[in-house]
Amino acid sequence: MRFLLDDEQQAFARSLDGMLEAAGTPAVVRAWAAGDTAPGRALWSRLAEAGVFALAVPEQHDGLGPLPVELGVAFTEMGRHAVPGPLVETVAVAAFLDRLGDDAVAAVWLPAIASGKTAASLCLLSDDSPYALDAHAADAVFVVEGDAVRLAAASGPVQPSADPARRPARPLGGTVLARRPEVAAAAGHAADVAALVTAAQALGLGRTLLARTVEHARRRTQFGVVIGSFQTVKHRLADALIALEFAQPLVRAAAVALAAHDPAAGREIAAAKVTACEAACAAARTALQIHGALGYTAEFDLSLWIRKARALRSAWGTPAACRARVLAP
Amino acid sequence: MDLDFTAEEEAFRAEARAWLATRVPAAPLPSLETAEGFSAHRAWERTLSADRWSVVSWPEEYGGRGASILEWLIFEEEYYAAGAPGRVSQNGINLLAPTLFEHGTDEQLARILPPMASGDVIWAQAWSEPEAGSDLASLRSTAVRTDGGWLLSGQKTWSSRAAFADRAFGLFRGDQGDTKAAEPHHGLTYLMFPLDAHGVTVRPIGRLDGKPAFAELFLDDVFVPDQDVIGEPGQGWRVAMSTTGNERGLTLRSPGRFTAAADRLVALWRSGADPGDTALRDRVADAVIGARAYQLFTYAGASRIAAGGAVGAETSLNKVFWSELDIALHETALDLLGPYGELSDTAGEAPARGSWAEGYTFSLAGPIYAGTNEIQRDIIAERLLGLPKGRR
Repeated sequence: MRFLLDDEQQAFARSLDGMLEAAGTPAVVRAWAAGDTAPGRALWSRLAEAGVFALAVPEQHDGLGPLPVELGVAFTEMGRHAVPGPLVETVAVAAFLDRLGDDAVAAVWLPAIASGKTAASLCLLSDDSPYALDAHAADAVFVVEGDAVRLAAASGPVQPSADPARRPARPLGGTVLARRPEVAAAAGHAADVAALVTAAQALGLGRTLLARTVEHARRRTQFGVVIGSFQTVKHRLADALIALEFAQPLVRAAAVALAAHDPAAGREIAAAKVTACEAACAAARTALQIHGALGYTAEFDLSLWIRKARALRSAWGTPAACRARVLAP
Repeated sequence: MDLDFTAEEEAFRAEARAWLATRVPAAPLPSLETAEGFSAHRAWERTLSADRWSVVSWPEEYGGRGASILEWLIFEEEYYAAGAPGRVSQNGINLLAPTLFEHGTDEQLARILPPMASGDVIWAQAWSEPEAGSDLASLRSTAVRTDGGWLLSGQKTWSSRAAFADRAFGLFRGDQGDTKAAEPHHGLTYLMFPLDAHGVTVRPIGRLDGKPAFAELFLDDVFVPDQDVIGEPGQGWRVAMSTTGNERGLTLRSPGRFTAAADRLVALWRSGADPGDTALRDRVADAVIGARAYQLFTYAGASRIAAGGAVGAETSLNKVFWSELDIALHETALDLLGPYGELSDTAGEAPARGSWAEGYTFSLAGPIYAGTNEIQRDIIAERLLGLPKGRR
């Protein structure tokens, strides 16, 4: 057993982190929220060049994967930088098409996803969510209903989200792409992958929220001392760290289980999803409280992370659904 | 990165499981916090050690199997999954022994470890004093130099196992009377002493559950020979810190007991909880997830240690997490038991579905001992997050 990232995986995380730091994601997030997707798509291409989407695509379709552990690493870094767009959904579409058993359909879409040419979104109507994330910005919106999958022709009005950079809308119309018995199983697999990378993304968000708040607490003075010397402040930050530190191995183990086709992978993913998202939300609350009114200010970049943490909590598996799945027989 | 065990580790697991399957007592032993239970648990330690299962991670020459840290974790998982008794020797094995391995002489190792492994000598910890709980630097008990050794005086309290144990270990101040020296961590000496020595008075203290689980010790010029000093005189703080790291980290609470308790909790929940009570269901799920998270976090830590890393301040993360998890697990179980949840394990009509009451009371001490959780959160904030020291 070696339950640690290897050198290559760590180097991959560091290089993505460096690239995203240099890219100045807050401006990209704000543009995306305002409906200007150009900076986001430019960043998308750079993520594709770094191999992020290829990790979700099998080798025979020009990918490198599927590699759930590396996907987890990548999404943690993208969460760390609050990268906008249908990242999770595109990876989930790749997972879906990989399992659909329709080579012709896969050959059309998977190489385009791997190369970054196609940003896709996904709506699993059987999964109780009527929305597709960022349908307006996606090149293709896949809608699964029963044993059929269709490509949406249009989408309804954007429904403002807790996170302004997330733009959910109802997919409308379209033509059936495939109808086959494998659809439901492929959709279930896609939902698992989506939940896993959402958990990883939440973990990264939480890490940044904590790091920025620790920095703030070390600098901000009140009553003549830095607020980070107050025990109540320290203990809140310690609790945020504990929650994130214990969520991280759940996310990694879930990825390992998925990679190994472990029958318990769904349960591991659900545990990771609820724990990572709760840790991120708790970190967001702590960040807001310790930043005070600064944290409540939309112009301050911290708000981008705070609001995304809340939105991810409900995406791809509510806390209640995840907990029920952990206990499913 | 993987979560698969090697063939050797799986073989070790199978051997431990097979041994435990035939040896674990069918009925639970009486509480080890009673005289009767203490001797029953001592006998169990002898059974364990006869086949070298009492201290699997120790070198063979002291009664162990030279098991790796992962094998030790595997053994602990199997041990608790088999429903085996709590370990009456844990103070010695988990706290004193690691200190001896790091700071003890060859003579001390050869003299002290084998009878510890066999349960012939059971150790109590004597850290706390009436004015010094988690703040060990304010200890007042003294060790005064005498011919060939030291004379110990003062009072220790809340000493776990001391009501029935054979020997104890603790810290003593060499600089008599000067308890508020500028450097309170200096001048402490780590010493071992027999609980039946001349000058030792042991007064058992009833715990929250009424059992004499710990005791206060009154020491009046108790002679301890030089050979029972661990490390250098005056360096006791540094020596002790290596022990407390172990205590808070891996060895005190291996994940096995939480994963086993979580399994029992799920069985309890499945055996008759109201399916519509989703609030209770969510708490069961959280306990299961918490136990799994703790197990995986420990695997990651063990992987780091196996790769040459050292145990550091992250043991404080462990301590806060397991102590709060333990309470949540037991509180959830008691709530699942409904009106039976208030009954002691000794009640004639106590639920036969697992003994949760005693474990619950014990879990309540978790955030207090081994350095309170407030101290641990300070350590996390200062050493892991780099926040400045401040007023406590």
